[in-house]
Amino acid sequence: MDNYEFHWNVVFDAFPQLLTGAFTTVHVSVLSMLVGIIIAVLLALGKMSETKVFYHIANIWIEIARNTPALFLIYMAYFGLGAYGIHLSPYVSVFSALVFINAGYLAETFRGGFQSIPKTQYSAAKSLGMNNIKVYRYIILPQMFRRIYHPMTNQFVWSILMSSLGILVGMNELSGETQRLQSTSFRTLEFFMVAAVMYYVITKLVLLAADLIAKKVFKGEIS
Amino acid sequence: MNLFTPLSWNDAGFILTGILNTVYISVIAIVVGSLLGLLIGFIRAESNKTVNVFLGAVLDVLRSVPLIIQLILFSTFIGVMGFPLPPFVTGSIILSLYTMAFMSEVFRSGFNSVPVSMVKASRSLGMNYLQTVRYIRIPIGMRAVFPSWIGVALSVIKDSALVSVIGYMELLRTAEQLISRTQQPLMILIGVGLFYFMISYPLSRYGKYIERKMEI
Repeated sequence: MDNYEFHWNVVFDAFPQLLTGAFTTVHVSVLSMLVGIIIAVLLALGKMSETKVFYHIANIWIEIARNTPALFLIYMAYFGLGAYGIHLSPYVSVFSALVFINAGYLAETFRGGFQSIPKTQYSAAKSLGMNNIKVYRYIILPQMFRRIYHPMTNQFVWSILMSSLGILVGMNELSGETQRLQSTSFRTLEFFMVAAVMYYVITKLVLLAADLIAKKVFKGEIS
Repeated sequence: MNLFTPLSWNDAGFILTGILNTVYISVIAIVVGSLLGLLIGFIRAESNKTVNVFLGAVLDVLRSVPLIIQLILFSTFIGVMGFPLPPFVTGSIILSLYTMAFMSEVFRSGFNSVPVSMVKASRSLGMNYLQTVRYIRIPIGMRAVFPSWIGVALSVIKDSALVSVIGYMELLRTAEQLISRTQQPLMILIGVGLFYFMISYPLSRYGKYIERKMEI
């Protein structure tokens, strides 16, 4: 350790670029989460549907997303689709891999949340004279949302952490940007230490925000 | 002149090395991570709030920083310190610590799930503290969290693919090298994906099966 000198100035000079990278990280995870949620709802419905075709499509999607490494899916989007002449940019390949995985995991979360609501809740609401829309709007979905809220925040944090794999396909999010900056300055240790701290701060901020929102929305009665 | 050579049977040995390396590092990480996690989980279940908050904060760092950054950081760090280690050792250390961070949470909730009355009953039967831990708390607590343990173990197998960044020749890296030589990405990648799927899918089904059996 005694013959290594830390040079922090290079890192401070490059800080705006790191922040841009961090922004891209957050950007890609938020976007992949939003699209993932939409697909996950469809997949959850498919998995619960009576139609065999929908069930199998949803099932295959979910099982592939849950049982293969994220890196494999990113490579698949980046190199694999290239064989078909579809050349995706690094951003799009990481984004689509994250969407694919998020949708698979969230679909199971949604299905579990939906099935955890007792059927009696539905019957009781019906017997009070509510129509189907009102039953879901006021009875089923609020209860369900409470149960899937924490798994959803976890999935979001997971997306932020896994978007760091963009480093391997040359995407310019936080870790990719760090890699690029350290390759021109050779201050690998300093740059990656700062990147690690930034990831830590981002995840903590996300969890803090999620807690605050939960307190506001659920008014302290979160299960 | 053709720069690329097609995939041939000679590559089978190369891929097999990759598969074995993936299995090695996953098994090491799961075993070491589980043992350390059991220890840390026990300490966390036993200790007071101050120790818990401190331990929790340390473990939280391992869970809040991406694995890939941890790997690069650690391998650079030991290089700078003047003790460069082979990628396999570096990868095993970091992957084990990462596993430990998750396993300790799993085991901690396992220890907490054992009813206090059961522990008291065993003490009243004349068991000493260690016997209670050995014969009551570990067997009963660990059985309750077995499905979660499988879940963490599966995610470790999948995350072991990331050790390729520091130069360890695991399955995905061998695949990547074959792709750059043969230019047949789709076939190779599908094969690799199938391998991961074949390990992961039966285990996750088994985990779900156990979970369902325990609910009843």
